[in-house]
Amino acid sequence: MDLAYTPEQQAFREEIRTWLAANVPAEPLKSFDTAEGFQQHREWEAKLNEGRWGMVTWPEALGGRGADLIQWLIFEEEYWRAGAPLRVNQNGIFLLGPTLMEYGTDEQKADILPKMANGTEVWAQGWSEPGAGSDMAAIRSKAELSDCGEYYIVNGQKTWSTRAVWADQCFGMFRTDPNSQRHHGLTFILVPLNLEGITVRPIPQLDGLPGFAEIFFDNVKVPVNRRLGGEGEGWKVAMATAGFERGLMLRSPARFQETARRLVNLYKENREAADRDPSVKEAVIRAYMDAEAYTLTTYQTACRLTQGGKIGPESSTNKIFWSELDQRMHETAMSILGARAELLPHAPAAQGVGNWLDGFLFAQSGPIYAGTNEIQRNIIAERMLGMPRK
Amino acid sequence: MDFTFNEDQLLFQEEVKKFLVNEVTPELIRELWESESGRSGALWSQLVELGLTGMTVPEAYGGLGMNEVDFVLLAQECGFVALPEPLVEQVLVAVPLINSLPEAFRAEWLPRIAAGEAKVLVGLEQNQLVADAHYADLLLLQQGNELHAVTPGQVKLIFNESVDPSRKLFAVEWTPSATTRIAEDAAELIEAALNRGALGAAAQALGLTQRMIELSVQYTADRQQFGVAIGTFQAVKHRMANVAVPLEYAKAVVHRAAHSVAIGHKNAAVHVSHAKIAACDASLTGAKNSIQVHGAMGYTWEVDLHIFMKKAWALNNTWGDSAFHKNRVASFVLGEADNAGAGRTFL
Repeated sequence: MDLAYTPEQQAFREEIRTWLAANVPAEPLKSFDTAEGFQQHREWEAKLNEGRWGMVTWPEALGGRGADLIQWLIFEEEYWRAGAPLRVNQNGIFLLGPTLMEYGTDEQKADILPKMANGTEVWAQGWSEPGAGSDMAAIRSKAELSDCGEYYIVNGQKTWSTRAVWADQCFGMFRTDPNSQRHHGLTFILVPLNLEGITVRPIPQLDGLPGFAEIFFDNVKVPVNRRLGGEGEGWKVAMATAGFERGLMLRSPARFQETARRLVNLYKENREAADRDPSVKEAVIRAYMDAEAYTLTTYQTACRLTQGGKIGPESSTNKIFWSELDQRMHETAMSILGARAELLPHAPAAQGVGNWLDGFLFAQSGPIYAGTNEIQRNIIAERMLGMPRK
Repeated sequence: MDFTFNEDQLLFQEEVKKFLVNEVTPELIRELWESESGRSGALWSQLVELGLTGMTVPEAYGGLGMNEVDFVLLAQECGFVALPEPLVEQVLVAVPLINSLPEAFRAEWLPRIAAGEAKVLVGLEQNQLVADAHYADLLLLQQGNELHAVTPGQVKLIFNESVDPSRKLFAVEWTPSATTRIAEDAAELIEAALNRGALGAAAQALGLTQRMIELSVQYTADRQQFGVAIGTFQAVKHRMANVAVPLEYAKAVVHRAAHSVAIGHKNAAVHVSHAKIAACDASLTGAKNSIQVHGAMGYTWEVDLHIFMKKAWALNNTWGDSAFHKNRVASFVLGEADNAGAGRTFL
């Protein structure tokens, strides 16, 4: 055990820190859930890619830096410290990208990955359907191979598709075997959102902005070379993606450490008012401790994986830990802000509220998306602890 | 950056776990509850033979010369079986303390500890009472900023019964004098000893929590109601998942604290306090949810759960109670300096 960074790791940190200092926009970008903000974030992705900082974990041949998990954690620490923009293409870069590298044909990789990397193509995900939320195997949207065998005819509906309003592409699972049940007979298909027969209906989120959408498919012809993996292998391919999603990439510890730091500062600046509620001080130090615990645990896992270890069912604890931590931290910030907490940032009396309310609203989604925390608790109980399914 | 244990450390953990699970059974623990001293000389001899009691004694004095990182996984396993013998306290607290004292004192006691001929324990004012004072050949006692060494003949012990029948707590009456004093201005040594004690309690709390989970998983798989195992109910599953999550996120905190103590990190005290809070919180949730899923059986003397639950309750407020440790973290985080935020964890 040696908990010091190597000179190479320190140099890597210096390099990204320097680049970010020179390139992070001085003014925060508009929300990527607006047309203007989406475009701004797309341009930021292009800029990151120019500096080869867009996909640090991708292989060098694909425009990445072949960074290992420790370097990735360092990158994220610097990225969040610098207050750099959110990643509009994270569905692509962190979820689909690695899956494509594992299951994609050379042609698919050559076609899709560069455009994903430079922000030309932003990806939405299409997992859920009206009847398939936590129960993802209940998918009913169909993809039927055409008689000529050149394309799939896709019909059905996806919902809660994050970023779909302005995205260019969407990935998801469709039922290719009409007689199949549950997780059999599903196929992973990459669908360009400009195809004829596609209707995207934005769904306003809690903050009123259309961060996700419904996607309707009406006899959409998707070329067969847009299938990822074999026909009927969709579940296997999707599990790889869901694995990444649940795993390290989606929510790096740095994000929560920075929220904890802002919370500590908010408390220090408003100490007298905050201490009127004696539970606040404890909540603040707990936020610090839990963000540190998430970081330490992630580093320990990353080191184990770097040395050839495997990630086990204990990774299901991850989603519960960060999402509930995020909720608690924002609840604490609301307590500190008191009567001002409910004010939108542009309200005249809202000085000093920062973007805590935005964060508070978004934090409500954490325990729901990417597998609700109830589903995660079932997985922990059954697969990690060995409790009986029935 | 390497946050893993090496192969030797993991193998030793396996070996020690196997030994402890075989020898330190709930039956043995109950037997010892009925005995006069509550301790087993035979078991202590086996621990000596395995080299465990002198693990942290430097090789020059006949020990294995290992450090806190080497021992932390073993301390977890001591918790897993609720080991009544004061192994963790001697290895993590007494030996490093002696090793910080003058050479004559080290040379007198460390070889005897390594050879299994002497047991030495430490009594700090934070703990008020001294655990296993009746079992020690030498006690190192705090008196303000001083440390004193006293032998059994120099003390009067008044037994204080704990909720955990395995714990043997004593008020120690003695007369400090120039001859018993071994260190003046020993505030730093005392704080280091307290940190090591807290680290040991935290590591044991991890093992205790794991054991309570395993007992509860077994019980809820066996116990049937409404025609099915109660472990199939989500309400029961989620209670156990709610123990697994904090346990999973306390481990690395404890391991980092062990590393910080071993290398003398400038923030070792804060790291230890965080570890103590995280691990003991996990164990308290473990106790609460485990007794709940055991139903009325969990409230009985007969079912083994309480062996582990009571130890968890007791450890929570030893080697610094939760108020002490929370305040240490609070001063670090809420003070002048910026100590929170990304990229600062390993500074």
